[in-house]
Amino acid sequence: MLTKRIIPCLDIKDGQTVKGVNFVSLKSVGDPVELAGAYSAQGADELVFLDISATLEGRKAFPELVARIARHINIPFTVGGGISTAEDASVLLRAGADKVSVNSAAVRNPDLIREIASRFGSQCVVLAIDARNVDGTWRVTTHGGSRFSDRELFSWAREAEGLGAGEILFTSMDHDGTCQGYACDVYRELSRILDIPVIASGGAGTAGHIIEVLSPEGGCADAALAASVFHYGRILIPDLKRQIAGHGIPVRL
Amino acid sequence: MTGIIDYEAGNIRSVENALKRLGAEYVLSSDTEVLSSCDRLILPGVGEAGWAMEKLRAKDLEGFVRATEKPLLGICLGMQLLCSWSEEGDTGCIGIFENKVRRFRPDIVPGVKLKIPHTGWNSITSLKTDLFDGIRENSFMYFVHSYFAEVSGDTVSVTEYGHPFSSALRKGNFMGCQFHPEKSGDEGERIIANFLKMS
Repeated sequence: MLTKRIIPCLDIKDGQTVKGVNFVSLKSVGDPVELAGAYSAQGADELVFLDISATLEGRKAFPELVARIARHINIPFTVGGGISTAEDASVLLRAGADKVSVNSAAVRNPDLIREIASRFGSQCVVLAIDARNVDGTWRVTTHGGSRFSDRELFSWAREAEGLGAGEILFTSMDHDGTCQGYACDVYRELSRILDIPVIASGGAGTAGHIIEVLSPEGGCADAALAASVFHYGRILIPDLKRQIAGHGIPVRL
Repeated sequence: MTGIIDYEAGNIRSVENALKRLGAEYVLSSDTEVLSSCDRLILPGVGEAGWAMEKLRAKDLEGFVRATEKPLLGICLGMQLLCSWSEEGDTGCIGIFENKVRRFRPDIVPGVKLKIPHTGWNSITSLKTDLFDGIRENSFMYFVHSYFAEVSGDTVSVTEYGHPFSSALRKGNFMGCQFHPEKSGDEGERIIANFLKMS
């Protein structure tokens, strides 16, 4: 039976894991490869690495890091952050990433999705969508939630599926960072209208929140992504997966 | 020496990385003389079936693959290419296995929508052949695919997604797995290690 996926997300700046990660039993918290190895050993199903480098030098370090991750990690991983052209995506995929996630650049230029999908296959294109609820409409934002675009979440998700996106990673900017739970009703609707997998992100505070967004009565999401709850050890992946299994939701143990 | 058949298919890098992690010597080539001198062959593949068969034919590799007596492992699309036909682009394939390859249908199970591609970790069951030595029934492997090979007499591993399909096939020296052993954690690497013992 196909299992639901648990995906820790690591922010990378200048080739290093961003400070603030307080992960147990790790010699160097700054090394993304070591952190990725620890998550993989704990049972993470996939990993996401987001490059948040602000400088050109910092961004240059990323493909090299991706190649190092690919050499050492034997589970799938997605990379994103600042991909604005098919060539950017190509460099990262050739370095060994399994998938790339595109966000703001695809909002500006939706054809980017088609370009990457036609060259490398839909399976490696994750469309990340950040949105906020404004008077009942989920408006798509860019640049980390700081700017509104003129797009609406559900129509954009469907358009992206048509262009060849292989997965949708939706983050509710209203829920992100609150630790109060995911926007379950939105994931449920995305899951209903799309034929491709939906990854939930933003709002995880407890194992119960993750169970809720994955469950068929809740968000129906195919995977749950989280960062701080894993990095600070508030949720331990082996415990989480046992709890998910305890609710009758298929998970890889 | 393991030969990776290079026909410009995507994602060869992950197969190379797995072989490196296992300390295996390998060569990436489309030259049939080089490939003939290898002890075993891997046919990787991410991409579209029609395009991949064109590439194989353009490089005179279809006949080479069909005729080889070396152990050969097709991975993902590589396995599908070893079947007789694929619905993807109505493509005639190499035909080692008689299986036909068809597209998953989202509405095959009443009341449940199957997401396509079949993406993520799924269990492998009814395991046969030494490719799976040391691998437990119901082990999880990582899959990403929209097309599947039907179950047949050559099926050596079954996975369920809406219905049972062949997650691995074997006929003599020819083997294929639909999942990505190179992306399936330590157990996936064990399968590759088992293959590396064959010659």
